[in-house]
Amino acid sequence: MTPRVVFPNRVLPYLLVAPQLAITLVFFYWPAAQALYQSMLKEDPFGLKSKFVWFDNFKKVLADPNYLHSIKVTVVFSVATAAVAMIAALLLAVMAEKVVRSKGLYRTLLIWPYAVAPAIAGMLFLFLFNPSIGSLAILLRKMGIAWDPVLNGTDAMILLVAAASWKQISYNFLFFVAGLQAIPKTLIEAAAIDGAKEVKRFWTIVFPLLAPTTFFLLVINTTYAFFDTFGIVHAVTGGGPGKATETLVYKVYNDGFVNLILGSSAAQSVILMIIVIALTAIQFRYVERKVHYG
Amino acid sequence: MATVDLKDVRKVYPGGVEAVKGVSIAIPDKELCVLVGPSGCGKSTLLRMIAGLETISSGTCAIDGKVVNAVGPTERDIAMVFQNYALYPHMKVYDNMAYGLRNRGTPKDEIDSRVRSTAKVLELSHLLDRRPRELSGGQRQRVAMGRAIVRNPKVFLFDEPLSNLDAKLRGQMRVEIKNLQRSLGVTSVYVTHDQLEAMTLADILVVMNAGLVEQMGAPLDIYEKPASTFVASFIGAPPMNLLAVTAKPDSPANTPEKLFANGASLGIAAPVHAATLGFRPEDADVIGEGTKPSGALKLSATVEAVEPVGAESFLYCAAAGGRIVVRVSGRAAAKPGDRLEVMVPAGKLHWFDSTGKRA
Ligand SMILES: Nc1ncnc2c1ncn2[C@@H]1O[C@H](COP(=O)(O)OP(=O)(O)OP(=O)(O)O)[C@@H](O)[C@H]1O
Ligand SMILES: [Mg+2]
Repeated sequence: MTPRVVFPNRVLPYLLVAPQLAITLVFFYWPAAQALYQSMLKEDPFGLKSKFVWFDNFKKVLADPNYLHSIKVTVVFSVATAAVAMIAALLLAVMAEKVVRSKGLYRTLLIWPYAVAPAIAGMLFLFLFNPSIGSLAILLRKMGIAWDPVLNGTDAMILLVAAASWKQISYNFLFFVAGLQAIPKTLIEAAAIDGAKEVKRFWTIVFPLLAPTTFFLLVINTTYAFFDTFGIVHAVTGGGPGKATETLVYKVYNDGFVNLILGSSAAQSVILMIIVIALTAIQFRYVERKVHYG
Repeated sequence: MATVDLKDVRKVYPGGVEAVKGVSIAIPDKELCVLVGPSGCGKSTLLRMIAGLETISSGTCAIDGKVVNAVGPTERDIAMVFQNYALYPHMKVYDNMAYGLRNRGTPKDEIDSRVRSTAKVLELSHLLDRRPRELSGGQRQRVAMGRAIVRNPKVFLFDEPLSNLDAKLRGQMRVEIKNLQRSLGVTSVYVTHDQLEAMTLADILVVMNAGLVEQMGAPLDIYEKPASTFVASFIGAPPMNLLAVTAKPDSPANTPEKLFANGASLGIAAPVHAATLGFRPEDADVIGEGTKPSGALKLSATVEAVEPVGAESFLYCAAAGGRIVVRVSGRAAAKPGDRLEVMVPAGKLHWFDSTGKRA
């Protein structure tokens, strides 16, 4: 047990955390409270009159088939993005560990995509896979794959997942590499002597010991896919074709800032907030139990 | 159950460091071979090559008569106890011990009976449900031993398994390891830099220095006839006293008279090439009023420090232009500053030439 640090001064500790608290209050709790308040208002399109309607906005949103569809889209998108980003990153990290020469170079190159802004990453994929001019799209077509993310919803979703996870892979890679390096080499050697071949060693020793890292990344990636992918959706598909890639975050933006249905949009963001809080709570409560920290 | 044969084994690390420079050791079945030497002399490297964790740059390593240079650690059927124990932190003690058996496809009930009987031998039965982090250092050490024993391998390899324990526990475990190794009859290689462990455990003692074998043999043979000044000063605690001797300038070359570093004459005949004279602290006696001077070598010494250990005392003295240690039994009468006469019987003197080899 680490000994507890006790401040003899009663006021100083509060002063020290005050700046952080102020930032949290101004930039997180205040807007959240505003959203909560707005979600219970009904406003005319010109913003002249508003009426307090309690939970009417929520009832309407949850009864809207478009909204239910958007939930489905978000679940598919988030699960796919988190899975692709984490599996690819883990694979790359394991491979990068095995590289004997110029390990550092490989690692650095693999970390770079993280520095690319979401919108630019989106544009990159948009151009690469554009059905008429995209070099990769042409390649796909030559291989006999009918590729059209502009008209085909599934293709659009695949493109979106590819773009969103591509950006996240670097981040996950960094953590997996650090996690792998933290596993003592003697454990792997002991397992080898104990007769475990490489694949077996990975699943019985390395993967369980990476669990804290994997769990942390699971939380981060889910949150990323839910909240932080607006820029990519906006740049790559704009929610289309139809509403095939309209995620919850994108719908909040669309209804609020494009269609100016402010009450509904606010209600949606409150729901989104609740979903993420619930998801994180579930992850911490159930998944973390299976995680062994050292 | 197996012999281990190393023939002219070399190891050059990718960076160009030559850690092992041609070592040949033959370990007969059921015997315990101890590799001892100062830090960085290549002991661990040699052990890891036997384990298959490092490639062998040249030479051969054979286990049970078969050359295993190209065989991976997974297939060598050896078990190793690491210095930091390397227990799997996410597995219970039971699973730590069962892991190797499961990997080899041993039936479930056989695993269970073997793990439980091994745990009983090592007094681990009540700890089987704990995880490594919930164990004390000594208990972890036992689990590491258990994990090796339960597999019933051809060869045990130990890399300084006791160096993280306190002195008392180390003594207990040393005896226990020796007994286990005897009763199981498994050929073993044991790395240590503790000369006491080396002396007490070894059937074959290998003293290494800078990637080479300095001397190999039964521990007491090495103690009594060290092949070089390096071995003489490494084996034994406190180490052997070594005093430089030179030929008197104007004496004949074929039978020169020898002098100590302070110019005093030895007073006894020395081999022609002798450059160093050695004797063990326990072979030197203080000439007191009651004892008759009967030894061959006589030295006058000035006591600098006295170290009482209980059953014996060590006198650290300046003598013959160097420093010597003399062991006296019981409580020492001498005090720092006292002048003593010390004698050593002729049969207990060791001579070394100018390259440090036994003359
Ligand atoms: N992976 C490696 N790459 C390069 N050189 C190494 C490597 N491992 C060890 N060496 C070098 O090889 C030499 C022998 O190392 P080794 O670990 O075998 O020593 P040791 O006798 O076990 O020492 P200690 O008692 O300190 O454990 C040392 O000079 C060391 O620096
Ligand atoms: Mg070592």
